[in-house]
Amino acid sequence: MIDYLINHYNYWVSILLMMAGLYIVIDHTNLIKKLIGLNIFQTSVFILFISMGKVDGGTAPILEQGYSSFSNPLPHVLILTAIVVSVATTAVGLALVVNINRCFQSIDEQEIEKIELEEE
Amino acid sequence: MSIRRNPVLRESSHLLIPAILLFALYVQFHGDYGPGGGFQAGVIFASAIILYALLHGTRRAEKIIPLKLARTFAALGILIYSFTGILGIILGGNFLNYNVLAHDPIHGQHWGILLIELGVGITVGSVIISIFYAFAKFKK
Amino acid sequence: MLAITAIAIIAMRNILSVVMLGGIYSLISATLFVVLDAVDVAFTEAAVGAGISTVLFLSALAITGKHQALTRKNHIAPLFVVLVTGAGLIYSTSDMPAFGDPQAPIHTHVAPRYIEQSGQEIGIPNIVTSVLASYRSFDTLGEVVVVFTALIAVLLLLGINRGSRRDDL
Repeated sequence: MIDYLINHYNYWVSILLMMAGLYIVIDHTNLIKKLIGLNIFQTSVFILFISMGKVDGGTAPILEQGYSSFSNPLPHVLILTAIVVSVATTAVGLALVVNINRCFQSIDEQEIEKIELEEE
Repeated sequence: MSIRRNPVLRESSHLLIPAILLFALYVQFHGDYGPGGGFQAGVIFASAIILYALLHGTRRAEKIIPLKLARTFAALGILIYSFTGILGIILGGNFLNYNVLAHDPIHGQHWGILLIELGVGITVGSVIISIFYAFAKFKK
Repeated sequence: MLAITAIAIIAMRNILSVVMLGGIYSLISATLFVVLDAVDVAFTEAAVGAGISTVLFLSALAITGKHQALTRKNHIAPLFVVLVTGAGLIYSTSDMPAFGDPQAPIHTHVAPRYIEQSGQEIGIPNIVTSVLASYRSFDTLGEVVVVFTALIAVLLLLGINRGSRRDDL
């Protein structure tokens, strides 16, 4: 049991971060904070992928004389592109938030709901 | 904006920005041998421009790289990428097959990767610069 | 460390310090990636997460104003959902391979070919670059197009080109 807990600790870290991110997204009403929560959630997925690619005794996947064991390069490639895409999507999200702020003068979910109810 | 009047920041930015730009180019073209490549180089290049824009104002930064130029370059990067692919077809291979780009496959691969990383770097860098301009110039 | 920062982000009320903590969080995760041998990823995360995202969040805050109140609704329901999700995830790890196990399924299929053959086929030392730009260049083309599309979306949403056309909103 203890062995199992120690051998899988990378999963515990990413699950904990994923729960933190999800909690921020659900619980907080401020839209910018929700985006930060999404970013934390994303990072937890990155950590999950990268930690699965790690091999005991392996080194960074750059071919060099004297090294024969490498970590798996495939998750690195996937996550590398995912990070750059994530900043682009974050920018789109922020642009939406800025536009919402222009319409409602607020970036708080509950206040926006209140304003919408009053308009009806 | 008090950050723009801070002499320490202004002077150190004069030292830092050329170094950051040079480092971006190093990362761009050394990506075959060490960590790095188009994605990282584009972001580093953009961060140098953003640093300049933060300290000297967006208007002065736009004199160096106008929004229009950045937008054009964003498209240009993708065009370089896909033309490298189409060049492979013209020279008798498949789309994005670099083996046919030079006299032997290894050199072809080198050329292909260099061109593609260049396309990626140009697109990513100019996209991030333009996104920053879009936020900085936004008026309520 | 990461978990502490994440929990601090949950507890923090001031949105400005939340954004700054987000930058710190990215930097810590970049160091974690170095430890896990993913140098390319760490490089990107340090430049993008700690640098560019933070600047973008700050400029969005400058537009919306940082004095937004961080009100919260009741905590019980979100906490319940999160705990149920976490329990499901923890249950599913029982089938997962142990950390660093060289016999894990992920290391036995495509990756050995990349590691053994890319030296002869591509001829460049950095395997990540050769997979990114050569073996999986279709993927990368797609990613670049996604980044470009995001730029178009941002420019449309923020209406930067509005002055150039007569029929604006």
